[in-house]
Amino acid sequence: MNESIVDIKNLKRQFSIGGEVVHALNNVSFSIQKGEFITIMGSSGSGKTTLLNILGCLDKPSSGEYLLDGINMSDLSKTALAELRNTKLGFVFQSYNLLARTSAIENVELPLLYNNKFSTKERKEKAIQALEAVKLSDRMYHLPSQLSGGQQQRVAIARALVNDPVMILADEATGNLDSRTSYEIMMLIQDLNNEQGKTIVFVTHEPDIANFSKRTITLKDGKIIKDLINPTIQSAREVLKKLPPVIEPVTAST
Amino acid sequence: MKLTNLFRIAWRAIFRNKMRSFLTMLGIIIGVAAVISMIAIGQGSKQSIQSQIAGMGSNMITIRPISNVMGGVHVDNASVQSLTEDDILALKKQPEYLKDISPSVSARGQVINGSFNWNTTMQGVYPEFLTIRSWLVQDGSPFTTRDVKSAAKVCLIGQTILTNLFPDGDSPLGKNIRFKNIPFKIIGVLAKKGENTFGQDQDDVILTPVSTVQKRILAITTYQNIFLSAINEESTENASLEVQQIMRKSHNLPVGTDDDFSVRTQAELISTFTATSSILTILLAVIAGISLLVGGIGIMNIMYVSVTERTKEIGLRMSIGASGADILWQFLIEAIVISITGGILGVIFGITTTKLVTYFIHWPTLITTSSVVLSFMVCFVTGVFFGYYPALKASRLDPIEALRYE
Repeated sequence: MNESIVDIKNLKRQFSIGGEVVHALNNVSFSIQKGEFITIMGSSGSGKTTLLNILGCLDKPSSGEYLLDGINMSDLSKTALAELRNTKLGFVFQSYNLLARTSAIENVELPLLYNNKFSTKERKEKAIQALEAVKLSDRMYHLPSQLSGGQQQRVAIARALVNDPVMILADEATGNLDSRTSYEIMMLIQDLNNEQGKTIVFVTHEPDIANFSKRTITLKDGKIIKDLINPTIQSAREVLKKLPPVIEPVTAST
Repeated sequence: MKLTNLFRIAWRAIFRNKMRSFLTMLGIIIGVAAVISMIAIGQGSKQSIQSQIAGMGSNMITIRPISNVMGGVHVDNASVQSLTEDDILALKKQPEYLKDISPSVSARGQVINGSFNWNTTMQGVYPEFLTIRSWLVQDGSPFTTRDVKSAAKVCLIGQTILTNLFPDGDSPLGKNIRFKNIPFKIIGVLAKKGENTFGQDQDDVILTPVSTVQKRILAITTYQNIFLSAINEESTENASLEVQQIMRKSHNLPVGTDDDFSVRTQAELISTFTATSSILTILLAVIAGISLLVGGIGIMNIMYVSVTERTKEIGLRMSIGASGADILWQFLIEAIVISITGGILGVIFGITTTKLVTYFIHWPTLITTSSVVLSFMVCFVTGVFFGYYPALKASRLDPIEALRYE
């Protein structure tokens, strides 16, 4: 079980803005094991977005080491980084970022289009599997405009799952959703973590979201100020049950 | 990155923006169609001019008197009476490159058959005139050299004369028609020749022995033109020089003076008129080419707008594993697919337009393979050229910036 997916040592990232050097990340070290569910917390300016960009191989550290699944990403070219993102990572964004006027299934299979290994048939099968995992198999041919916010985010999660990544990175993934839908998404993420053993890194600034994760890293001014194992993990399913019953909002359907 | 996947990605992107893609294509469609139809019209008129002039007899040479100065006054060509029977005899004396020779004298007037009449030209010629012009006698037979000697009142009539003087469909052979109150016996009917390049009706003519027109109608001894044919098409130039030398000698023109006649060959006519229509073709093609260029700029414009508008999409694609090269290819393929689809539709549209032009307004057209291939190639190059910079711009986006773009 002690399989290290992320190993970060003395990571620094600095930007020079108007001649002034800003240390977005200053000597950060931590590692993530397979099957963990981590929230990264911090106020804006704490460096959590920079950390997420580096974790997501979208940005490179100024110094320090980042091993993703045993691969040192500092040595890689842009194209190799793109390949790494394609095969090892899954992204879930706050604003879903689905392609407009494109069906759910086509959105989900998008990452596989950038991978030569999959045939058209395999692509479709994997996309269907991923949509089943997020319980949207009845909405496969719906366009994003025909789906509710929660459903769109589930399509986005399916897209993040489709390439069997070693880690799913979620950036404020519940930020655009109401609390009930947020809990539904959290429930889905918890299920993916518990039942399928997916490693999840969830960036947020909402403390109650952190309660659902197994571990919380808090950043401030580019440094880790807290790295705690959550002793009392809340179950999103339980929270949902306790919510006062509401009439399910009528979701758009064909 | 598999090419088929790139095509699939590009095709889906085009299809997501059907209307815009079509409007972008429209520039290319119109450009290609314009190039093809304009070149077809230009080539068609060029070919028709060439074949019509060649149809007049490509080895034909014409001598006509030219304006000369008489007592300080430039005189009208027709009133110059410099071509005589002496010239004919001189030209007939052992020519090296000449075959047939026929003088020509024309008179206009009313021709009458009973209650029908028609205003036409009566042209007096030798029987050889028919061979020079490659005119055929459809019914009856041509007149002979004997008829020329005796100034016989016989004639050959063109199709226009036939329809106007014999509208009932009677056979005109052996009948008499009157021209300037002189009765002429019709001995033959000329085959239909249609209009010439200059819009003249070549069937509106009566041919008769040259002496008949000279003696019985105009009362002159000179000729208005002399028609000759070279022994073959290649020797036309030599024949024309030979004619000039013989004529100068015959007219006793001292060295250093101008000719009092002009010698023209069909080849000159062909080159003059094809040069004109070549210029026309080039002009049309340039205008059409400009519209193709504008179509290309349209693609570039749309692709630029599209890159900006789809910045977030590009960021997303990069975050899920598209490399810069993938993005570059996607946008380049989009541009190429748009321009090639536009090109294909343009070729179809251009050919259809050309056919319609021929069908409805009867302009001669000629679709050449080269014009189709050329415009299609230009179209492909346009797609690559104008699609490259927007695609490059897209590929160089920073995924983090692009994802944050609103």
